[in-house]
Amino acid sequence: MIGKILGKTYVGIVMLFLYAPIMVLIALSFNASRSRVLWTGFTLKWYTALFHSNAIMKAFGTTMALAFLSAAIASVIGLLAALAIYSMKRRDYKIMLFFTNIPLLNADIVTGIALMLWFVRFLPLGFSSVLMAHITFNIPYVILCILPKLETMDIRQFEAARDLGANSAYAFTRIMIPDLIPGILAGFFMAVTMSMDDFVITYFTKGAGVNTLSTLIYGEIRKGIKPEMYALSSVLFLLVLIILIVVNLLTGSEYKNSERR
Amino acid sequence: MNRKKIQVLSIPYVIWIIGFTVIPLLFVFAKAVTSPQGAFTAGNLIAIFDPVHRKALFLSIELAFISSILCILISYPVALILRSSKIRNKKIILFVMILPMWMNFILRILAIQMLISKNGLINHFLSLLGLGKISIINTEAAIIIGMVYDYLPYMLLPVLNCVLAIPDDIIEASKDLGANRFTVLTKILIPLSLSGIGSGITMVFVPSMTEFVIANILGGGKIMLLGNVIEQEFSVTMNWNLGSGLSVTLMIFVLLTTLISGRTVSETDKGFVI
Repeated sequence: MIGKILGKTYVGIVMLFLYAPIMVLIALSFNASRSRVLWTGFTLKWYTALFHSNAIMKAFGTTMALAFLSAAIASVIGLLAALAIYSMKRRDYKIMLFFTNIPLLNADIVTGIALMLWFVRFLPLGFSSVLMAHITFNIPYVILCILPKLETMDIRQFEAARDLGANSAYAFTRIMIPDLIPGILAGFFMAVTMSMDDFVITYFTKGAGVNTLSTLIYGEIRKGIKPEMYALSSVLFLLVLIILIVVNLLTGSEYKNSERR
Repeated sequence: MNRKKIQVLSIPYVIWIIGFTVIPLLFVFAKAVTSPQGAFTAGNLIAIFDPVHRKALFLSIELAFISSILCILISYPVALILRSSKIRNKKIILFVMILPMWMNFILRILAIQMLISKNGLINHFLSLLGLGKISIINTEAAIIIGMVYDYLPYMLLPVLNCVLAIPDDIIEASKDLGANRFTVLTKILIPLSLSGIGSGITMVFVPSMTEFVIANILGGGKIMLLGNVIEQEFSVTMNWNLGSGLSVTLMIFVLLTTLISGRTVSETDKGFVI
């Protein structure tokens, strides 16, 4: 009994450690004064200020455009690559996975520097260089979300469709794609969140003039953080929470389907 | 199915790998073995033995090591407690535990800075209680707190997944054969969860060792990790060759870590809980 209580207390303390800083940020976004320690009343003025700040809104737009564009392009390249890798013989399969793992395992700082050294050769650093960098680190996440789905998929259904006269494109879109949709969506949203969260690689490849939310906040830390940033962090957290719940519902319903089978 | 036809689909990805993974890394190697004037030199690689750089490297390894150990020490009991609890939907608990890592990385460090800074919330409460102030901001301890806070979910996820997946039958069998709780822990649970701990170490140690943002924000810019040295070579000193040389050294240590902990990124990693 005592062990149980101790256990619950321990898990509670770990939860507190994980959530206290986030809760403080969210609380401060509703704090009337600029004080970082004193509660002086409830306000929504930082939220309205947030939407009137040009720098923040511009960075928000850049972040979102980057996240969804890089995730979409990475999803297409990644889906095609996953299908190809799945059909490869063992040796080629391993080689492809090795290269897929490089951006995941390598230090962000090295990936960022490497891309920057390469980009400065042929293109001005800016939105397009950051976009290419984000696609680069997003593709592996997409592949690693889709590949397990392919491996557990019942390929006989596809072959049956072919035997019954469907051409491969038709059989692919009608049989395989519906089975793969949860994996593709999981990979896509994974890529979106990875792109939104990235700082280091963006920092090295962005050049002057372009800012994502991460780099904007980093630049402001030295000057002193404005309360608008707390409001922004709460909005971002809510946004990611919604994305995660949607993705979970999508993949969750798929689990139920496979159980029914 | 026609394998050859399907493998054509990998062409865009292969081009992408060559163009954006292989060539950029070759550029780093090329810069690392040349001087700014373009002559061949090993100086940028040997530069790691320079006292300043060596100190930064050792400090990076030390802080990453301490952070990894702390993450294991925090995560493992959580996994054991959840395993023995009767909660039916453990996936939800797991989801809630790793949710904070989806908060923007910079904002999370910022939040830690606000809590532990000299006029921060913790000191405010301590003074309300009439206790003395803590001054850990701008110390190595602050950086470790930041690293543990930032990367704990990376350890929690694989360790929890691994411990919760151990079948009850094995534990029952060992108990029937006379094993006490300590034996069950050391001979069954820990050996069977080593793979989770291994991937957790990779996921915590590598980013901690290569970190420069946490050290900049929580270390007050005075404590130099190897990541900070490299970042400065690229943004302040503008010696890209030296920066590349140090990056290659850093990559060697990253490679060693992944080889030792013996894991590549797999389904136990970030995000695959969804």
